[in-house]
Amino acid sequence: MDPVLLVASIMVSATPILLAAIGELVTEKSGVLNLGVEGMMITGAVMGFAIAVSSGSPLLGFLGAAVASAVLSLSFGFLTQYLLSNQVATGLGLTLVGLGLSALIGSNYEGQRAPSLPKLDIPVLGDIPLLGRMLFAHDFVVYLSLALVVAVWAFLKYTRAGLILRAVGEDHESAHALGYKVVRVRMAAIAFGGACAGLGGAYVSLVRVPQWTEGMTAGAGWIALAIVVFSSWRPLGVLIGAYLFGGVTVIQLNLQAAGTTVPVELLSMSPYLITILVLVVISARGAHGAPASLGRPFHATS
Amino acid sequence: MIRLEKRPQPSKLWTGLTPLLAVVLTMIVGGIMFAALGKPPLEAIRTIFWDPLFHPQFASYSRPQLLVKAGPLILIAIGLSVGFRAGIWNIGAEGQYIIGAVTGAAVGLAFYPSESVLLFPLMVVAGALGGWAWAMIPALLKTRFGTNEILVSLMLVYVAENILASASSSWLRNPEGQGFPGSRNFKQWPAVFNDELIANTGMHWGVVAALIAVIGAYVLMARHIQGFNIRLTGEAPRAARFSGVNPVRIVLLCLGISGALAGMAGLFEVTGPAGQISIDFGSGYGFTAIIVAFLGRLNPFGILLAGLLMALTYIGGELAQLMLGLPGASIQLFQGMLLFFLLATDVFTNYRIRFVGREVA
Repeated sequence: MDPVLLVASIMVSATPILLAAIGELVTEKSGVLNLGVEGMMITGAVMGFAIAVSSGSPLLGFLGAAVASAVLSLSFGFLTQYLLSNQVATGLGLTLVGLGLSALIGSNYEGQRAPSLPKLDIPVLGDIPLLGRMLFAHDFVVYLSLALVVAVWAFLKYTRAGLILRAVGEDHESAHALGYKVVRVRMAAIAFGGACAGLGGAYVSLVRVPQWTEGMTAGAGWIALAIVVFSSWRPLGVLIGAYLFGGVTVIQLNLQAAGTTVPVELLSMSPYLITILVLVVISARGAHGAPASLGRPFHATS
Repeated sequence: MIRLEKRPQPSKLWTGLTPLLAVVLTMIVGGIMFAALGKPPLEAIRTIFWDPLFHPQFASYSRPQLLVKAGPLILIAIGLSVGFRAGIWNIGAEGQYIIGAVTGAAVGLAFYPSESVLLFPLMVVAGALGGWAWAMIPALLKTRFGTNEILVSLMLVYVAENILASASSSWLRNPEGQGFPGSRNFKQWPAVFNDELIANTGMHWGVVAALIAVIGAYVLMARHIQGFNIRLTGEAPRAARFSGVNPVRIVLLCLGISGALAGMAGLFEVTGPAGQISIDFGSGYGFTAIIVAFLGRLNPFGILLAGLLMALTYIGGELAQLMLGLPGASIQLFQGMLLFFLLATDVFTNYRIRFVGREVA
């Protein structure tokens, strides 16, 4: 098939997972394991769609999705950070709440079409033969996701705030003793993760599909969680993981469309099987790099 | 200023009170939600929690449904609770449930149209083994390579759904079904039909199995050394290792139990209420059972009650859909909120709330 179209569709297919995963990376770097990514994504998908349809502006849709999912994620933050609930259970609860909430809101929007997001025409770069159409003729969210990866990388590596965030994630007792506000840092990281997951979800319902159907994120949030593990908690690794995954998805969809002899079901389960395989390879290698306080509750006693 | 003070031991009183508190909070917030949807809130709550049992017209139909829905929920939740106690998070019960149904049904259909009385027990064993084998994948990957069981078990749900789709559209399809997807209907095959044992009660073999599982889990967790080891692993993993508990064995045991019970639940469902393997067989019981396990405080008898309550919300939700036009999804949200409120109020179980004056640091 056309290589230009192939690369372009891989980028589109990788973007939602990339957005959700880079947000979750920041959350996990602060020591919080939020398993509710799927719930936040689907909430973003439905809110983005609803707002974009009623306002006619996809831009407002993305903004609304980010805000809605950030607010939802703060409920997780309140439970885990202030009421000290179990992070695994609360994250699962967040996913179940998000799935229910989105189905409820979305029932009025089934079958409608979203206003389309204009492609950016980048001057000069977009005119390069082949490469121009392949890489420089996307909508702004694709570039936003790439810019976020760079921004998160720079933030964690070069800024003081990034250093504090990492310190909180590595050893919350010491960070607390140094006077850093552990809970506040974590709430901010949770909200950032929520907003990114919301953007990712909205990209699915506004660009990739673009329609609302119940449960449409189909495990993308869980795959984003797997990609964070795959990345060994490095932004560049998240980028590679998301694009690899996007590639697998596009290739299996193309094979389905081409009508190969391989059963359709085997093709549609392949992304999940490959995710498991990748997780196994990563864990077998033993190089982890997980933040030391990941998933541990913090209760300041003094 | 409010300050939390860790209790030396979880409060027994609050352990029992928080589920009730969570239900009340869910009713209040749910009522507000229904009002926002333009439905009468009190009537909606009554339709969900009261009418399925006591409505003069509908109760005779919906009462048996209570056991039909509670059976699989309790059976799956019992298995999950054993793992949760040990800090092993199997969240892919939905996949194990589906695979159990598919393997059990496949074994049965291989003997079609046998009328042997041994066939149904054989299918139950096959279903349990199917669910067990599906749960062994995350178990072995975790013990062998240290792979995260949460993500693997969840990914396998999507794989199982695709296997289900392929089973119902090709290799288990009814050869006399005019090419429509879906297997033979077990309801028309008396030897394996998992019918009601007592008419109009909803009591089928799956409910019996659920009750046995409740008692079995109680004996295991409260009276058996392996149950003690499981709890020790969850509460103090280092202490468990020092006292010679083999963590590998605990992982295999916990995931094995929950997989086998979920697989069995799937088999009872496909030969009973569902009747056949079809694309939409997976109904989310595996996920709702997670809520049931927590709402029941990971305690077998608590899970029994929680399963009945959750079954009530399913039936009441359908009734409210019918009578008040309440969207079906609102029940899903209702159930999710229940878990959320439970986790929130659990702070009272583990912490004492102290009101203190502002101190100078």
